[in-house]
This record gives sequence, structure tokens and C-alpha cells, in this order.
Amino acid sequence: MEHITLLIGIVIVTALVFDFTNGFHDTANAMATTISTGALGPRVAVAMSAVLNLVGAFLSVEVAKTISGGIIDEGSGIQPEVIFAGLVGAILWNLVTWLAGLPSSSSHALFGGLIGATVVSVGLDGVNGDAIVMKVLIPAVAAPIVAGIATLAATRLTYRLGRDRSPEDTAKGYRAGQIASAALVSLAHGTNDAQKTMGVITLALVTGGVVAPDSDPPLWVIVSAGLAIALGTYLGGWRIIRTMGKGITDIQPPQGFAAQTGAATVILASSHIGFALSTTQVCSGAVMGAGVGRKGAVVRWSTAGRMVVAWVLTLPAAGLVAGAAALLADQGNAGITAVAVLAVLACGAIWMLSRRKPVDHTNVNEVGIQEPVGAVTAALRSVAPPPAGAASAAPEDGTSDDTPEQTPTPIPAVASSTTR
Amino acid sequence: MSIDWAALGQVFGISLAVTVAMVGVFTLGIVGSSRKAAPEQGGTAAAMPGGAVGASPLARTGAYACFAVCAAVVAYGIYLIVA
Repeated sequence: MEHITLLIGIVIVTALVFDFTNGFHDTANAMATTISTGALGPRVAVAMSAVLNLVGAFLSVEVAKTISGGIIDEGSGIQPEVIFAGLVGAILWNLVTWLAGLPSSSSHALFGGLIGATVVSVGLDGVNGDAIVMKVLIPAVAAPIVAGIATLAATRLTYRLGRDRSPEDTAKGYRAGQIASAALVSLAHGTNDAQKTMGVITLALVTGGVVAPDSDPPLWVIVSAGLAIALGTYLGGWRIIRTMGKGITDIQPPQGFAAQTGAATVILASSHIGFALSTTQVCSGAVMGAGVGRKGAVVRWSTAGRMVVAWVLTLPAAGLVAGAAALLADQGNAGITAVAVLAVLACGAIWMLSRRKPVDHTNVNEVGIQEPVGAVTAALRSVAPPPAGAASAAPEDGTSDDTPEQTPTPIPAVASSTTR
Repeated sequence: MSIDWAALGQVFGISLAVTVAMVGVFTLGIVGSSRKAAPEQGGTAAAMPGGAVGASPLARTGAYACFAVCAAVVAYGIYLIVA
């Protein structure tokens, strides 16, 4: 690796940063409900997920040959600048959604970034519209529905079968089962998402002529990508974990087990059949399904609505940022430097904002914050008012849940009071 | 544009069937290895695997069989990830 130019080096570093954000963005998928049901302590949970992500990165023999799965035409002179700009867009969107505590698909952010950068640099011809619909739009709609219905049915069934058992007796068993399901989700995540970064780095190396086309990624690429995603996972996106584990609905051990099993099943089934569904959307859908499936549970549709808005925005938002970055980066070395500096500044600003109200392993299970109500959610709420009568969800709560129950009192719909 | 409805339908059907089956079998295991909720509270809360008080040997054997099935499915899941 002696001939790595500065630009290729920057692309590699950026790809690893993206991998890192991918890791801490997606910790919630495997571990949010595991933490909120008390199956695992917060730190143990993220550590286990990190190890499994690392293992997963080494497991798969199938290397991501294309980074975008045919969405952009990678043969038509895609330059390292384009990859760089796309990654910057994806990273920034990942950080913004993390700040807002919203689970959104890291893959979609990466796709959006690459699409935006390609459109600016190469033109619309470089983007395959059919592939966008097939690989992004339809899975995005299908994933939460499939996972939600499967989990809903499973939750109903498990409560029905275990109806003459006391929650104290069964909680331990459910938690054990949930840990197994969460482990599967983590492992699958490591295999899929670390591969993506390896693909990006390998593509950058190929375009720089460092490695031969169609070659497997060098070992150091596999190791660094695995470590980046594991480190990100270990640090944990606590904001997103809180939203998924507590914000959408209050998860009890049977629900957590059903949701995590549903998520693992859908992820494995879909990737095995070849209709890959986004992990994030599968897990969010499963949590919602588990919430609907238990009698007396309250699903906070306002939170769910904000999540859906984030999903819809992911592709265009990451694309816009990446497009702007590509515009700058095309101006030569000065432009690339400017993009890098601006990206670092933006990341720093988001980090500073997050410190104002930090969420970490100590307060991840506390939900009592008044959520700012945006115009969209206010509208959504007026269409579908939450079942306010079922506020006292499950009084005989067997879990050690000493956090104050957030009653879904109708917060006055002051349009987008940003109290963060 | 061709949407692969067959694959989507397959994903949906298999996911639904496997999820419900897995959760159902596991729940049967839990039910089999724990005792009925008695009106009087207290006693051993240890539900599984060894400390199941009140579960008949038959129920307990069935419960272990259920857990074994779940373990096999998890192993198959790992196989799917690796392969």
C-alpha cells in the first residue's frame, strides 16, 4: 500500500468514520429493547453487540463487490471525490438523526449520499432510478410492515399462551430468549454493514490503482472496518436506544422477546431470499408491532411519526449534503480540503449540541422529557389521536422499572418549539 | 420496472410463519417449565431452567424439547449469516 494518494487516504478515513457512525447508530437495533426490558445491563449489552459486530465483520466470505448494489453506475468514471462527498453526506445525516434520537437507516444515508454526489458530478445518467425504487423505496415501506405484523401476531400469541403464568416467573426465560435473538441481529449487522465499508474502501483503492480490480479487500481493510463498526457500537447511540427501547412504547420482557425474534427472523429471511430489508426499519417496525400486540400498551405514534419522517428525509437530505460537497470537491484539492474542514466543523457542532443534554448508559432508560412537538407530528396526532385512556399501562409491571411512567398527556401542540 | 412481488411475498410469509412459530414454541417452553400462577404469592420465583417448582416431569421434558428446537433454529440462523 505504498501508492496511496492523499485523496484515497482521505476517502479511507472518511469511510471508516462512516462505519463508526453506522455502528453507534445501529446499536439500538439489536440492543434497545434488550436494555429496556432489563435482559442485559446497558454496558454489557453494547459490549456484547460490539464483539458480535466485530466477529460478523470477519465471518462473511461474500465481499461487497458493489457499494451501492447497482443504484449508481459505478463503471462510469466514479471518482474518489464522488465517494468522499457521498460519505460526508451520509455521515452528517447520521449525526443529525442521532442528535434527534431517531433511528434511520445508515444504508439509506449512504445510498442517498452517493446518489447526490453522483448526480452533481456525473449527471442523472449515473443513477439507476429503477434500482432506487427496488432497493430503497419498496424495502423502506415493506420492512416495518412485515416486521410489525409478524411481531404483532407473535406478541398476541405469547401473551395468550402464557396468560396463566405470572410475569415474575416468565420474565427470566423471555430475557434469555431475547438475548439470543439480539445476538443474531448484531451478528447479521456486522456481516452486512461492515461489508459495505469494506466495499467502499476497496473501490477507492481500485480507482487509485492500489489493488487490482475485482480483488478482495486486503486484510487491513477488513480489520479496520470491523474495528470501526465495533467501536461505534460499543460507544452506543444512547439517544436512539432510548427512543427505540422506551420512546415508542414501554416494552415488557415478552414483547421484547417477540420484537427481537421477529426482527432477527425478518432480517435473516429477507437477506437469504435476496430482498434485503433495512435493519433499522425492521427493528423499529417490530417494536411498534410489539406495542400494538400487548393489551393496554401505549404506542406513542407521535414518536413513530417523527421516525417515519426521518426515514422519508434520509435519502434526499443525505443526497443534498453530498451534492453540495461534490460541487465543492470537484474544484480540486482546495475544494476537497474545504469539504473536509466543513465536515469536521459540522460534526463538532453536532457533538457540542449533544452535550447540552447528554444521554448515556446511566439515563438511557429514563423517559420523561417533554418532546418538542413539530408541525408534522402535531398534524399526525390530530389525525390519529393516541389512546389516552390506556395511560396506566400494565400496573402489575414485573420488571424493575423504577422510571416514572410518562403518561401521554396531550402536549399542547405549539408548533416546533425547539427546547432541546 | 419490475417489482419482485414474489420475493416480497415470500419474505412476508416466511417471516410471519417463523416468527410466530419460534415465539410460540419458546413460550410453550416457558409455560412448561414454570408453574401455574398460584393465588398465593411468594415462593420460589426461579422459573427456569432447573428450579421449576410445580411443573410435572412431562411438562418439563416438553419444555426442554421446545428450548432445543429454538436452539436449533438459532444455530440455523448463524449458519445463514456465515454462509
